[in-house]
Amino acid sequence: MAFDYDKYLRPGKLPHIWCPGCGHGIAMKGLIRAIDICGLDKNNTAIVSGIGCASRLPGYVDFNTLHTAHGRAAAFATGVKMAKPEMNVICVGGDGDGTAIGGNHFIHACRRNIDMTYVIFNNSIYGMTGGQFSPCTPTGAKASTTVYGNPDPTFDISKLAIGAGATFVARTTAFHATQIDKLIAEGIKHKGMAVIEVLDDCPTTYGRRNKFRSVVDMMKRLKDIAVPVAAASKMTAEQLEGKVLTGVLYKEEKPEYCEQYAQVIAKAQGA
Amino acid sequence: MAKKVALLQGNEACALGALYAGCKFFGGYPITPSTEVAEVMSVELPKVGGKFIQMEDEIAAMASVIGASLTGAKVLTATSGPGVSLKQELIGYACIAEVPCVIINVMRGGPSTGMPTGPGQSDVQQAKWGTHGDHAAIALVPASCQEIFSETVRAFNLAEKYRMPVQVLFDEIVGHSRERIEFPEPGDLEVIDRQGPTVPPEEYKPFDTSFGDVPPLAAFGTGYRFHVTGLNKAQDGFPTTKASLVDDEQRRQIRKVDAAQADIEKNEEYLTEDAEIVIFAYGSTSRSARYAVNELRKEGIKAGLFRPITLWPFPEKRVAALAKQAKAIIVPEMNLGQMVLEVERVAKGACEIGFLGRVDGEPINPGQIIDKVKEVK
Repeated sequence: MAFDYDKYLRPGKLPHIWCPGCGHGIAMKGLIRAIDICGLDKNNTAIVSGIGCASRLPGYVDFNTLHTAHGRAAAFATGVKMAKPEMNVICVGGDGDGTAIGGNHFIHACRRNIDMTYVIFNNSIYGMTGGQFSPCTPTGAKASTTVYGNPDPTFDISKLAIGAGATFVARTTAFHATQIDKLIAEGIKHKGMAVIEVLDDCPTTYGRRNKFRSVVDMMKRLKDIAVPVAAASKMTAEQLEGKVLTGVLYKEEKPEYCEQYAQVIAKAQGA
Repeated sequence: MAKKVALLQGNEACALGALYAGCKFFGGYPITPSTEVAEVMSVELPKVGGKFIQMEDEIAAMASVIGASLTGAKVLTATSGPGVSLKQELIGYACIAEVPCVIINVMRGGPSTGMPTGPGQSDVQQAKWGTHGDHAAIALVPASCQEIFSETVRAFNLAEKYRMPVQVLFDEIVGHSRERIEFPEPGDLEVIDRQGPTVPPEEYKPFDTSFGDVPPLAAFGTGYRFHVTGLNKAQDGFPTTKASLVDDEQRRQIRKVDAAQADIEKNEEYLTEDAEIVIFAYGSTSRSARYAVNELRKEGIKAGLFRPITLWPFPEKRVAALAKQAKAIIVPEMNLGQMVLEVERVAKGACEIGFLGRVDGEPINPGQIIDKVKEVK
């Protein structure tokens, strides 16, 4: 039987604002299936976002939802989780939101290893503001503020998350739709900071400027660059040139922030 | 039984006042001269099962308290002028999303890094106009250690009652002075909790004005699933750009404070009944002013003190009445002219306005105020 997304969507809030061909819808459906796989209680789940196209997701889904200010999702979410650790807290947002203006909050949420799941929709561009370059825009690519080609080096979000201390890091793409739910579900189940990077596409503000003739071409690129980690271990550096590793990139068990703070409370109360 | 007393810094009294009010979450970032508030909260909150978190920056601190407040907790952050500057966007967020929170600003010299350990009163207009957009503001300005305690409690009450951020501003002199404080027993001071919904979850709208200008606020994780955004929104909490709805929302959020002015306003007056010269002073400056009034009275000069404890919304009616009664109102403040503008605005030329500003990190002393009064007299 087909999956019943309606169970998790707010009645009357669709259609969404995303453009035709945008990968965010695929990622949102993956997130919903992941929540279903984990059996999360809607009443006990908060979905927090910043600003931007991906950050409009919370308006469509029937949970405790918080659409904040540009870049601040992880900081708001930290307050929610600390104050009510029994809640499942999921952050969603784009690459610009999460790693430029929100970079500081992102790395410190990773460092604390606070138990939340952060799904980053990486479409390599600021979509909502009209296609300015983000920290994830490839060097040389065109954006509305890099019409001569982007001079900036590019962030690898997953490596950034691992370096900052996240204890579960995974990556997939909007093409690999059936992998999205599995990786997010694994992230939700993981105790600690889980980052799931979903590479997707922005045909309107990125594809158009960078000579992708169609959405299909953009999807095909996602398919072609993705290399599962297991396969990558058997490949040479030359073969991996221009490729992106997908799957679970990093996982470790480490003390979680709210649990650590529970010990502070116990100590303060004389335990 | 005798009340429990202690010798405390204003900043320490602030933290203890917050705990008295039922604060259960503090998110902050260290900045002089406010740090003792955070330090005391880090020690005391876990004792009562509350949470203290030192965030990565001022913006994050403000974000964390808003997030925590949405779970139903009473929340506090404490900072100083440059920190408040960083928090401003999210103070605006708390205004539009109508999230209760208390922000302490222990004022130092400025702008920018200014004088971290020197006092100032130059954030008083920032407390009203710091964030962008049209919104109401509530700001309290206690002048003693005891009053910091009780006004912090009142700040929580107002935040919860009117569903909005409330700022408490005290200059570094008040924050770092050590004074005797008498602790109120539980029940001595009123403690107000926010109004939760009475309707079943499926009927709940976070901005349902059928309950008045301050709609009940549900807490995340209690079965009331709702949407919170910084965008203009309809009563159900979802974004709208419909002109009439945006207009209604904007005006209601200002009206809820305007209509409650009598409840929010709090002033202290000293010898103003027959005063010909009224000194308008707040914070540590008001204590010099009180001394000056006593000295001037000894010389037969009919001086009086008007001390706002609620600075925003501004006590317009009372100041306007005093302007009609007095020959002059003198405004001494540790800035180069901020609240004097408000006094001038509401006096509408009814009396002379004298100004005394000081921004060198030294307190305004009674002698300066006396000289200024005599200059006007």
